[in-house]
Amino acid sequence: MSQKVLLNATEVNIILHRLACQLIEKHTDFSETVLVGLQPRGKYLAQRIAKILKEDYKIKDLKLGLLDITFYRDDFRRSEKPLEANTTEISFIVEEKNVVFIDDVLYTGRSIRAALTAIQSFGRPKEIELLTLIDRRFSRHLPIQPNFRGRQVDAINKEKVIVQWQEQGEEDAVYLINN
Amino acid sequence: MSELSVNHLLGIKYLNKQDIQLIFETADHFKEVINRPIKKVPSLRDITIANLFFENSTRTKLSFELAEKRLSADVINFSAGQSSVKKGETLIDTVNNILSMKVDMVVMRHPNPGAGVFLSKHVNASIVNAGDGAHEHPTQALLDSYSIRERLGSVKGKNVVIVGDILHSRVALSNIYALQLQGANVMVCGPKTLIPKYIDKLGVKVETDLRKALKWCDVANMLRVQNERMDISYFPSTREYTQQFGVSKTLLDSLDKEITIMHPGPINRGVEITSDVADSKQAIILDQVQNGVAIRMAVIYLLASKIKQ
Repeated sequence: MSQKVLLNATEVNIILHRLACQLIEKHTDFSETVLVGLQPRGKYLAQRIAKILKEDYKIKDLKLGLLDITFYRDDFRRSEKPLEANTTEISFIVEEKNVVFIDDVLYTGRSIRAALTAIQSFGRPKEIELLTLIDRRFSRHLPIQPNFRGRQVDAINKEKVIVQWQEQGEEDAVYLINN
Repeated sequence: MSELSVNHLLGIKYLNKQDIQLIFETADHFKEVINRPIKKVPSLRDITIANLFFENSTRTKLSFELAEKRLSADVINFSAGQSSVKKGETLIDTVNNILSMKVDMVVMRHPNPGAGVFLSKHVNASIVNAGDGAHEHPTQALLDSYSIRERLGSVKGKNVVIVGDILHSRVALSNIYALQLQGANVMVCGPKTLIPKYIDKLGVKVETDLRKALKWCDVANMLRVQNERMDISYFPSTREYTQQFGVSKTLLDSLDKEITIMHPGPINRGVEITSDVADSKQAIILDQVQNGVAIRMAVIYLLASKIKQ
């Protein structure tokens, strides 16, 4: 097994600030915009971007939710491992709002497909965008592309991209692992 | 651990502690789902469930049906009253006929104890016991424990008394198993004639004085007097039963602590509990009903995930 560092802590930090700035450029004061982190892996990225927006760019009343897509996945009873659910914390209605989905890695696009269905339970959004830290090119099963991307990676299917957050105990980093 | 140890829910007796924990954690997620503006998830869109009720039921049937529909399963309903059972068809034949229409799961209520276990050995479908005679009613016990956990934080170490007709009650037996598995202390209380002779062998305390039982407990689960199952008189009169085993607000207020009151429904107001108790803040009867849908969604979802394609 070989492991390559794609991004170190400093690079992750620079990218997070850039993504935050791109969001501000598009959504200005976020009065009509809500951020939705996709569980389980998008949670840390969403919380981190929300923190930068609030603390460094003084965005007030930023709405952040967490969406679990387990019950909307298309591989129920098809995957080897049982699917484990996570909490959904969305305390607002997304009706007529601009929704930004936040996830760490965009791979096949199936999670995003599930999220697009799941979010409908909270209203009809005006628009949905996608922000991902890592965009794995050439591996999509569905016609889904990110609107905001941290880094594009060309990885073959055997390879895994792992995003590690300091909230999980170690420093921020993105690895490419080859089994 | 994210999978049940069983392929059917036939009784609490067949579950372990981890199974109950998993069902509760999954129910937490479904409770959030059923409080959304759109209360439905598409997980079970390729599963068909047959609800077979060989005995009358209102709330359990509604609760199961709602849980199934909230999970997007296809549902067919069957009541013994309108079926070929009356024409002499056997249980296995009835169920196999239904299964040949490509049904994946059977939710069954049956007057005979062990009907679910019997069926699980003879047919190829996941079976959920929705009450079998005076034997078990596992989803009721799960939702009762879940409601205690929700109100009091945990079930472990709590003192729970089950009051009333223990003899004819499937709710009592399932509750005893479920509560003990989670580390609660269980007592049964009622007229001696309605308490099974060897119930202490299950490790439960037995008490015939309601006041003593209420003083001891954190939670009192009041069972309905099941007149329909009584072939002889077990107590002199309903009035006398109420005097000795009915819970009134005066009785509750005379205790030095606030206990939680539960009831599996349907309530006989003025018999097991008075109206002011049923409608008080101490009673979590309607929470139990809401939790019932979440628990049944969790059970069906977890069992369905084990049905191979």
